[in-house]
Amino acid sequence: MSFFAIFIDALLVHNILLSRFLGICSFLGVSNSVSTAVGMGLAVVFVITLSSIMTWIVYNLILVPLNITYLSTLAFILVIAALVQFVEMVIRKKWRALYWALGIYLPLITTNCAVLGVAVINMNEGYSLMQSIVHALGASLGYLLAIVLMAGLRERMENNTNMPEALRGLPISLITAALMSIAFLGFSGLI
Amino acid sequence: MGALFERLKSGIVSNNPIFVQVIGICPTLAVTSSAENGLGMGLAATVVLMGSNLVISALKRIIPDEIRIPAFIIIIAAFVTLIQFFMQGFLPSLNKALGIFIPLIVVNCIILGRAEAYASKNGVLSSLFDAIGMGLGFTAALVILGSIRELLGVGTIFGLHVMPASFKPALVIILAPGGFLVLGILMALINHVNIKKKKANERISHFADA
Repeated sequence: MSFFAIFIDALLVHNILLSRFLGICSFLGVSNSVSTAVGMGLAVVFVITLSSIMTWIVYNLILVPLNITYLSTLAFILVIAALVQFVEMVIRKKWRALYWALGIYLPLITTNCAVLGVAVINMNEGYSLMQSIVHALGASLGYLLAIVLMAGLRERMENNTNMPEALRGLPISLITAALMSIAFLGFSGLI
Repeated sequence: MGALFERLKSGIVSNNPIFVQVIGICPTLAVTSSAENGLGMGLAATVVLMGSNLVISALKRIIPDEIRIPAFIIIIAAFVTLIQFFMQGFLPSLNKALGIFIPLIVVNCIILGRAEAYASKNGVLSSLFDAIGMGLGFTAALVILGSIRELLGVGTIFGLHVMPASFKPALVIILAPGGFLVLGILMALINHVNIKKKKANERISHFADA
């Protein structure tokens, strides 16, 4: 597939949150205000893109030549955990402003299934390094898009006094996500 | 014996990972397109959870505190790799249906969460029962969700035609939106029951005070 096709497919057609269901826990936890959603989304873009590069290198330059691809699950998750730890340390020392914007979300992202999910999809589809990067960018920007949209909606719903008590909080957020997901289904013929 | 039973009850009912703790939602929404897939995923996660809780509880005095999270991850990843290859070899159709969510069991918050909250602080036998309880609770939630979605979306449960022939299934229920919708409605129902129970308790204590 061309780079453009991979990008659009990851961003809209198979949106990582609303279609592939990766990253839901953080989606539901962090999307109550637009500013935190933007922070989380940017941190996710950063981590997913970097970790896709790192896991591609580990898979294709270490695991495949040594014929130990059965260790891929273990290797990927260790790479991701180490990467997030290292990135957090570096950002905290060198770019304090960026740390205050993103840093608090970084530890949360290690167990975010979106990060490992994108790495596994890259491996399964056999993407080249450039294709993996494009796919990672598309998927993580799709995450940013969905989480910001959801945060905007949830902020409005906070002020709604008519909502029945049983629906407040998680149930109405899930139903909202269902409606967003139906809307995104409309992209399915695009590529 | 009572304490072990209490672990089981906590995992399945009072502290159910999906309906009470609300963790491990990603695989829940994705694999519940049919009851069978839900059951398969639940049992796979239960096996990994039992293995990891057992090993982590047995090794809890040896693992240094600073590196405990990476150590837990290595142990969990080892069991997930075992399950992955077992399913590839012996359950290929289930493997294909669950797809990328089998390796993603490694980042399932339930497994790391139980390791951190329970197995690293308690004995081997109670950790094992905690794992069985949480795993069965997870499996039960997946099967309930999967059954509802399969029933409304295809008209079958576990492959058996249950709905009458005139029933027109709603395909959207087994597609992506259906997962969000069914889980949201189920949670609203559970909230409703809990609110009523709380109000009834308040009324009783109000009478008791007066």
